[in-house]
Amino acid sequence: MTQETSTHPKIYESQKLARWYFVVAITLFGAQLIFGLIATYQQNDPSFLFKLAPFMTNRMLHVNALIVWLLVGMMGGVYWFLPRETGREVVGITLAKIIWWVIVAGVTVVILVFLLVQYGPAKMTSIWFINEGREYLEAPRWADLAIVLWVAIFLFNVIATVIKSRRITGILLVLIFDLVALGALYTAGMHFTVNLTMDQFLWWWVVHLWVEATWEVLVGVLMAWSLMYLLGTSRKILETWLFIEVTLVFGTGIIGLGHHYFWIGTPEYWLGLGGFFSALEPLPLIAMVVHAVYDAGGHRLSAVNKAAMFWVLFQAFGNFIGAGVWGFMQTLPQINMYSHGTQMAAAHGHLSFTGAYLSTVMVLVYIAAQNLRRPVQRPLDSKLWKWAAGVLLLGIVGVAGAFTLSGFTQTLVERAVGGSTWAAFINAYTHPWYAGTLGWRYFFGWIALIGYVVLVWDLLTIGKRPTAAISGGAHD
Amino acid sequence: MDYGWLEITVAAIFLSVVITLVISRGAGWLSWRFWRNAMVVSSVVMFAVLLWLSFDTAAQTRPGGERLAPWTAINHEIGLKWDADRRWQAPVIGEKTGFFGKEYSPEEAFELVSLGKLTVQSRNCMECHTLLGNGAYYAPDLTRAWLDPWWEERIMPMVGAQSHEEAMKTWLMNPPQYPQGKRQMPNLKLSDEEATALVAFLKWMSATDTNGFPPRFGNYR
Repeated sequence: MTQETSTHPKIYESQKLARWYFVVAITLFGAQLIFGLIATYQQNDPSFLFKLAPFMTNRMLHVNALIVWLLVGMMGGVYWFLPRETGREVVGITLAKIIWWVIVAGVTVVILVFLLVQYGPAKMTSIWFINEGREYLEAPRWADLAIVLWVAIFLFNVIATVIKSRRITGILLVLIFDLVALGALYTAGMHFTVNLTMDQFLWWWVVHLWVEATWEVLVGVLMAWSLMYLLGTSRKILETWLFIEVTLVFGTGIIGLGHHYFWIGTPEYWLGLGGFFSALEPLPLIAMVVHAVYDAGGHRLSAVNKAAMFWVLFQAFGNFIGAGVWGFMQTLPQINMYSHGTQMAAAHGHLSFTGAYLSTVMVLVYIAAQNLRRPVQRPLDSKLWKWAAGVLLLGIVGVAGAFTLSGFTQTLVERAVGGSTWAAFINAYTHPWYAGTLGWRYFFGWIALIGYVVLVWDLLTIGKRPTAAISGGAHD
Repeated sequence: MDYGWLEITVAAIFLSVVITLVISRGAGWLSWRFWRNAMVVSSVVMFAVLLWLSFDTAAQTRPGGERLAPWTAINHEIGLKWDADRRWQAPVIGEKTGFFGKEYSPEEAFELVSLGKLTVQSRNCMECHTLLGNGAYYAPDLTRAWLDPWWEERIMPMVGAQSHEEAMKTWLMNPPQYPQGKRQMPNLKLSDEEATALVAFLKWMSATDTNGFPPRFGNYR
């Protein structure tokens, strides 16, 4: 068992740094929700802030805040668990702290430029200093270089710590393997080409191979550590499961990239390859569900942190439903021909990012919060985390449900029947099933934001509230 | 390439399984070592296949090659035609019509389309529209925008333009002046040169062979 018995376990420097990662992640999560809410409101009333910050601006901030906060949250998780795994302080921690504050400053500048400058003239200087104009990778080129430097230092921290500790575990092996791929893939997105097909071809190397391959594996690593902490699951079982999951994630997801190459000008063999391999992409997600349920059941759900344990189980099912089911329902080429480029993709995006990544960061944040507040509460439990999780998830699932209806309408009215023209597009978004559900989207957006406020309140007050309120857990 | 998708699929899976089995001799299929090997082998094999296919894709997607129009396509009429062999619509490049009353040389055409692409990126078109179906789904897909009948039916008379390209250019330089539907496009302050280049890029993109996407374009009547 790896659980500490002391109520004052040692806090490493890298865990103090992890805390800052989590603080910034949760802050950006709030920004993401606010920009998302404004963008949703603009779908109802396109004239709202039309001159000052039109839909494109809010949407860009919404998706970029998302990517950054999830990545920051997961990197924070690595800084949290690495000293526990290697039994020593992280090597190069000073460098890690310096680059962290450089990145925080950089992110602030990028947000301000996105918000205030928004776009520039058709010159390479716009690409370098304002925004790159490629969805998800809008960060200007200078920020790309800063991100590469940041990931390189992070990778150095991990590898140097592993070497110094003279201990390589299966989990560390996977982590290093994955981080090298993650860092290298990002550089595939840093180029300008007139050829739109090759532009999007390599753009997906970053977008797909990050979120559907290297991020999924990083989640596998963080979940393995979390289960070890929460339940005391045996390392041998966790590592073997992790290897099976990585075999399936990379075995299906790398060529599964082909489901983005159906319609962008790339050759026809991608229709078969992308369809076949991406149809198999839910397999590792099913494996993750089996694994989480098996571990939780095997330990009679006696987790040391109930909030984190909830998010572990939600992660398993949410990843399967959001990424697996919502992905599968539109990944085969004969269906994707109609659903491609509609809000079906946004419905899938909202559910899968929630299921796979938001929940992972929640697990990490709750584990860190438990250990940072003294004395450490075991088990950590309260009514408040349940309200936070319940309201937040209700909001996001509601939003995704409305997106699904809009996507369905677009697929049917705009693509299948309408022939995808401008007129067909207007027919789709004014259709009652689309226009009529925009109000739900806005309503559930507010619900998600309320859930977020409860979450922040819970995180700020964990361990500070009277003990009776906290320890309503299983065996007190 | 001489191989079909099924052959590639079978070969990739076969190689992953066989190499894993060979290097894991002696290890049971439920063991730590077996699955560590499976993880490394499947990742390496699949990535190698991806790299190989990427080179093949890059070779097939050169402008002026099998699937992408040459830059000078902007001088020509562009249309969609039913491809009886593939059973979907494919773009066809027709007779020479000029572009804004001019014929662009290959170098000039490349310069213009290139500036158009830079305009697309600097104005963040993808944050509302989709290009080849990728983007933000808040505004129409632009894959075949050049071929959209809306320009001639609605925009040309509205802006008083004499040609298709002039209609697009005039509208794009000040969309709020001619609102279309509830959702509006902001004025992105395009210069004259940028607007011409943007129309050239959209025209060039509309001649991309997208395996029939979007299906039955222009069928709305």
